Amino acid sequence: MTTRPLADAAAPMVEALAVRKSFGDNEVLKGIDLTVGHGEVVSLLGPSGSGKSTLLRCINHLETLDGGEISVNGHLVGYRRHGGKKYEMRPREVAAARRDVGMVFQRFNLFPHLTALENVMEAPVFVKGVGRAQAREQAHELLRRVGLPDKPAAYPFQLSGGQQQRVAIARALAMRPSLMLFDEPTSALDPELVGEVLDVMRGLARDGMTMIVVTHEIGFAREVCDRVVFMDGGVVVEEGDPAQVLTRPTHARTRNFLSKVL
Amino acid sequence: MSSPSVTQAPPGYADEPVVRLRHPGRWVAAAVVVVLAAMFLHFVATTPQLRPDLVLGYLFERSILRGLLVTIELTAVAMVVGIVLGTLLAVMRLSDNPLLRWVAGGYVGLFRGTPILVQLLFWFFLGTVLPRVSLGVPFGPELVSVSTNTLITQFAAAILGLGLNEAAYMAEIVRAGIGAVDRGQTEAAQALGMSPGLSYRRVVLPQAARVIVPPTANELISMLKLTSLCLVIGLPELLTTAQLIYGRNFQQIPLLIVASIWYLVLTTLLSIVQARVERRMNRGVAGASPRRRTRPALSGVRP
Ligand SMILES: Nc1ncnc2c1ncn2[C@@H]1O[C@H](COP(=O)(O)OP(=O)(O)OP(=O)(O)O)[C@@H](O)[C@H]1O
Ligand SMILES: [Mg+2]
Repeated sequence: MTTRPLADAAAPMVEALAVRKSFGDNEVLKGIDLTVGHGEVVSLLGPSGSGKSTLLRCINHLETLDGGEISVNGHLVGYRRHGGKKYEMRPREVAAARRDVGMVFQRFNLFPHLTALENVMEAPVFVKGVGRAQAREQAHELLRRVGLPDKPAAYPFQLSGGQQQRVAIARALAMRPSLMLFDEPTSALDPELVGEVLDVMRGLARDGMTMIVVTHEIGFAREVCDRVVFMDGGVVVEEGDPAQVLTRPTHARTRNFLSKVL
Repeated sequence: MSSPSVTQAPPGYADEPVVRLRHPGRWVAAAVVVVLAAMFLHFVATTPQLRPDLVLGYLFERSILRGLLVTIELTAVAMVVGIVLGTLLAVMRLSDNPLLRWVAGGYVGLFRGTPILVQLLFWFFLGTVLPRVSLGVPFGPELVSVSTNTLITQFAAAILGLGLNEAAYMAEIVRAGIGAVDRGQTEAAQALGMSPGLSYRRVVLPQAARVIVPPTANELISMLKLTSLCLVIGLPELLTTAQLIYGRNFQQIPLLIVASIWYLVLTTLLSIVQARVERRMNRGVAGASPRRRTRPALSGVRP
């Protein structure tokens, strides 16, 4: 009844229970339940303001919850359970817990004062304490994996949006996360650059990475994702097999949304 | 109209002569400047009271050089106090803890709200109201007790006056620098598992530095000149030394020129350093050319 075992293979990768979150009077998440299994690729769809980003940020504890709880890999996010109570973690402990979760942002958020290679090396070296030589080796490997073997010395401003986003994915992968969160990774890109980023994500899915992807790319959701979750107004309206939700949605709100984006 | 006009341009457009814009105002301004310069040179040449011989003689005089050294020391120490305390205050002002925010805000308000001259005199005369400074349990027994006048020497009063005041200004500069860093940067750092301290050190401060350094260099240059206020507490820095000398020989203007020359030399040197540092800081910004760095860990070429 105290703390949970270290790695609970039976536990789902992500388990959100009755998650609530408000900004002032604005209740953004109104009781979200979501379970994501190991190796599952789930896409979050929904109109603007429906709380998709907020949910992703809660999973990574970039926001604190107002109600409910989230577990990642069997560990409660942001709290320690002890004797029937949840104790808030210190910032350092929260930080340590995040190492297992990679996050990719809409606006890339690469570190502008570091080269592509240094961006990818930064966290392994300074967070995990990996040796520089080894971290550099791994960073080169990751840049190859995202299709940028020739760009290690480039600063972010010297790269196109698609290239920056691929470096950002490599940077997140450098911590060897078991879960990747993507918040509209292609929304800030010119249309012709979207494909190269989606290709990298497709490769990750193929390699068995657990992913939660907020996206407006319906084609990607249909092809790559195991499950589609449709949110509106802070609740999960409908979820299920992509083919079913995207072609024969049962809810009017889903139909209405899909008619606008398709 | 919207069709590409370039392809339709008649031949000859490329090598037609161009008439450059003329700037008659510049010539007028140049003439005014030349006349003023001539008047100034004439004044210098025809005013024997300026005593160029005295200026030259005192420029490298021992007590003047000693004063110059005190000025440099004061500037350096007061700036270090200002930068360290200012950064601390800035982080306090941005902290989640309301008490820390309030304390830092109050500090900045107090020290920016009173004249620096008053602050200097205040520290200097502190001994008259608080004869002894003691360390011990608050409202309880004393452990050590020192006479305020031995603790706060002229130099210490100057450092307190200049440094504590500077901290208030540096706090605002550092705060603006940290505020200029995109919030997404902290989030990206946090998402990678960096602790708040590490993300400050590795991500926020290096980017904030680009915004912080130029105004800090300006502060350093002002500080150099502000040290002359120590005249009022009789600390023998550059200006006080010059005053001591002209108090004896009544050659006020030549000695003030001596002091001015030294201030100018120092501020010019600092400006040159400032320009260099700024150029180096602009790495990773579009528009500025990043020099390829040579540290092997950072170069992209694999062995
Ligand atoms: N830090 C914040 N402070 C106040 N309100 C916020 C904050 N972040 C988000 N919100 C509000 O929460 C609501 C949901 O925002 P969220 O970003 O989660 O939506 P979203 O589904 O990701 O939308 P989009 O598709 O536009 O990205 C919005 O009404 C937004 O204004
Ligand atoms: Mg969003």
